[in-house]
Amino acid sequence: MDPAFAERVLARALAQGGDFADLYFEYRRSASLSMEDGRIRVAGGGVDLGVGVRVVAGEAVGYAYAESLEEDEIAEAADTAARIARGGGGGPAVTVKRRRAPVRYGAEISAVDADGAARVALLRQADRAARRASRRIVRVDASLVAVHKEILVASSDGAFVADRQPMVRIGVSAVARRGRRTEAGSSGGGGRRGLEYFDEVPASFHGEEAARVALVNLDARPAPAGQMPVVLAAGDAGILLHEAVGHGLEADFNRKRTSNYTDRIGKKVASPRVTVIDDPTVPGARGSINVDDEGEVPRVHRLIVGGKLRNYMHDRISARYFGRKRAGSGRRESFRHPPMPRMTNTYMEAGEDGTEEDIIRTVSRGIFARRFSGGQVNISNGDFVFSLVEGYLIENGRITAPLKGVNLIGNGPAAMEMVSMVGSDFRFSDGMWTCGKDGQSVPVGVGMPTIKVDALTVGGTEV
Amino acid sequence: MPVPRRTERRMQALADLAQHAVERLRALGADHCEVGVASGRELEVSVRNEAPELVKEALSSGMSVRVICGERVATSSTTDLDPDAIEGFFCRVLEMARLSEPDPLALPPDPKELARRIRSLDLFDPRTDRIDAATALRRAQRAERAARRHDRRITASEGASFGRSSAISALATSGGFLGTAAGTYQSLAVQAIADDEGGKKRSGVYWTGARFVEELEPPAAVGREAARRALRFLGARKIETARLPVVFDREAARSLVGLVASCVLGDAVYRGRSFLAGKLGEQVAPSFVTIVDDPHLPRAPGSRAYDGEGRATRKNVVIRNGVLETFLLDTYSARKLDQPPTASAAGGGSIPHATTSNFFLRNGRKKPASLLRGIDRGLYVVRMMGFGFDPVTGNFSRGAEGFLIEGGACTVPVGEITISRNLGEILADIEAVANDLDHRTAIASPSVRVAEMTVAGT
Repeated sequence: MDPAFAERVLARALAQGGDFADLYFEYRRSASLSMEDGRIRVAGGGVDLGVGVRVVAGEAVGYAYAESLEEDEIAEAADTAARIARGGGGGPAVTVKRRRAPVRYGAEISAVDADGAARVALLRQADRAARRASRRIVRVDASLVAVHKEILVASSDGAFVADRQPMVRIGVSAVARRGRRTEAGSSGGGGRRGLEYFDEVPASFHGEEAARVALVNLDARPAPAGQMPVVLAAGDAGILLHEAVGHGLEADFNRKRTSNYTDRIGKKVASPRVTVIDDPTVPGARGSINVDDEGEVPRVHRLIVGGKLRNYMHDRISARYFGRKRAGSGRRESFRHPPMPRMTNTYMEAGEDGTEEDIIRTVSRGIFARRFSGGQVNISNGDFVFSLVEGYLIENGRITAPLKGVNLIGNGPAAMEMVSMVGSDFRFSDGMWTCGKDGQSVPVGVGMPTIKVDALTVGGTEV
Repeated sequence: MPVPRRTERRMQALADLAQHAVERLRALGADHCEVGVASGRELEVSVRNEAPELVKEALSSGMSVRVICGERVATSSTTDLDPDAIEGFFCRVLEMARLSEPDPLALPPDPKELARRIRSLDLFDPRTDRIDAATALRRAQRAERAARRHDRRITASEGASFGRSSAISALATSGGFLGTAAGTYQSLAVQAIADDEGGKKRSGVYWTGARFVEELEPPAAVGREAARRALRFLGARKIETARLPVVFDREAARSLVGLVASCVLGDAVYRGRSFLAGKLGEQVAPSFVTIVDDPHLPRAPGSRAYDGEGRATRKNVVIRNGVLETFLLDTYSARKLDQPPTASAAGGGSIPHATTSNFFLRNGRKKPASLLRGIDRGLYVVRMMGFGFDPVTGNFSRGAEGFLIEGGACTVPVGEITISRNLGEILADIEAVANDLDHRTAIASPSVRVAEMTVAGT
């Protein structure tokens, strides 16, 4: 892509006035395999390419896209986006300068280009490992999805920066049956990596893990209902932060004054043990980015430090509104969508309260929450839920029985205030999370040490 | 209303493109194939504090292909419809098929089973594409203004948005089917915010949507309802953990019906991911419960004349008078389960799987308000959160917001609670169905009352 070409289109985008314009070029290739019950049922994949054109006039955004890299079609999109600023004067000439982004991930060979037989072999390993676990495993399904995105952002303030974004993700699900009882378990992982991910985490691990959870659930009993202490295992439980804290700190909600964290910068919003970070620089992690989707090189954001709210996450529009430096949290699903403030890899820093066992030992009756399938938040009142798919009852400081899957519900600031222990056993969750906001999905990462929350509402059935 | 001549010509062009693709794929070596081509136009605007915040306009088009070579399946899609690019795309799809493994069940339907005549369902409003950005912004502004002026306690606004879309599509298959379809949809949504104690905010969302412009509710009415919905939650609190009767308003009930839908789709059933698997012919709900998948409702959002494999669609009664009568099946899942297909295949050219059209719980006779009658202490649920549902077991546990029912009437607002029970038990324990069904969404339900659920709070 030629800078002069970008300059011409940007000048056209600002021809009606407007404060700022950017172009987001995207070339996305994907390759997927799905295995059902031991057989590769479908091979799939495709190519998607296009350019999004955005014109910003004050707080208003004009947006259009072309599903093509032809100059005339992109220019037409620029004319459409420019209408937002109609009535303004003619735009100035635009110059962009090529910039390099740091490299925080890379793949020897992108998984999209990996040999088909090698990809099939991975699914077979996962399938076999799950079936080997027990004769009670009656069905296994698995999928492997590889995506390779090349993006280039050019903006009227001079940016011209490209990135290659590889991604691989495996998912395995297993069904276990004993008598009339049927239960399921699943496991998944990956990141901004190539197939070398599987040198560290073999595909068979996800097969074994899916089978293990399904088998544990065969013995699960109904969970209790009501408020009680909850110990969250290291790793996946970072989903709690993502929902309870993360979304409420995306600056667009605070600019619009719709978040319950509005006007709370500098105030205490969590227990002093809590430090929460959004870090786009974690090597190879699913949420990492070398450059954000507005062309900014992102920094590490310390959101909550020692329980005090320090920062929101900004895109260009909110950074200008709050008079902050841009920090690179502008992300989008594809060239068909305008960017907005989003999380990358959100985690809680390790504390000093020891191991999982040390923390479980302090609970006389409560829940140990190990694996989750997802969550949701209402950013206005701060209520959040997350779904537990592997959990255990704690009685007198010991794990006693597996529990059926339940929802946990809490209120963001209240729950964070009740974090009474933070373990020293920090772990990143393996890369499998996708975050949805306003109809746009982006890959994210989460991480967490083992923590204890003194009271969350457990949505079981036993009163 | 007939589709305008100009639109018909564009549909014919898509049909030619799809037909040509089938011929090329066959020539390049595909034993069977399905090709879907679609083209859409959309406008999306939003305003906040009455100032425009976003105007987004786009045209899009794309092709999806499913090929079968020697019982091996591959699927792919592209937005690059340039003739040279397409030829390369076809070759890559055929190449991909070598990775999958032969499966005799994957063959397409017998050509004799494909639709010959395409039913007209009145899904296209020629006025939709003519709504320009200025008109759309005005509608959104009127709606938001009505929300902000409704009450002084409305302190902020997430804004109002108006969107319109139109899509035309064609499907051609190597079995000889060729069909075209056209549809429009528009919607207007408002989210109002009220300040509550302790820094909490209460949001209220309301929206209207329809295939025809004239069927939208007036903007001011949408705004006022959003404001009312924010205000009614002021002072919401938790309640004590208890087993209570629960009334779901129609929007909350819709998500229960959606969960039932996910468990009657053929793929879920043959993969062992449905608590309803193996229950055909059994009484799964009281006799006044009937759940239907009807693709032929005129002007409804989920209507369609043919399915993703080219079969003529038909109305399927999934649960009749409480008895589970059929699952929703595409060709593959029908063969897996050894049952007749129900013309429920998704997409055209995507990985074949079953899907719903207009899937709804049929109206009962009771007025919604009468569902509360006789409840001494209970919960009225208007909003649910989270994904706490396990299709394999039917275990259901989700966050809920609503009102405490005392002495047969709603009293205080409640939140930060969960409701849970097994969906199979919930279905069996439905006590009453109201008569307030609306088809604004493809999955729909009237209000329902369930005899008992566990409500977890303090």
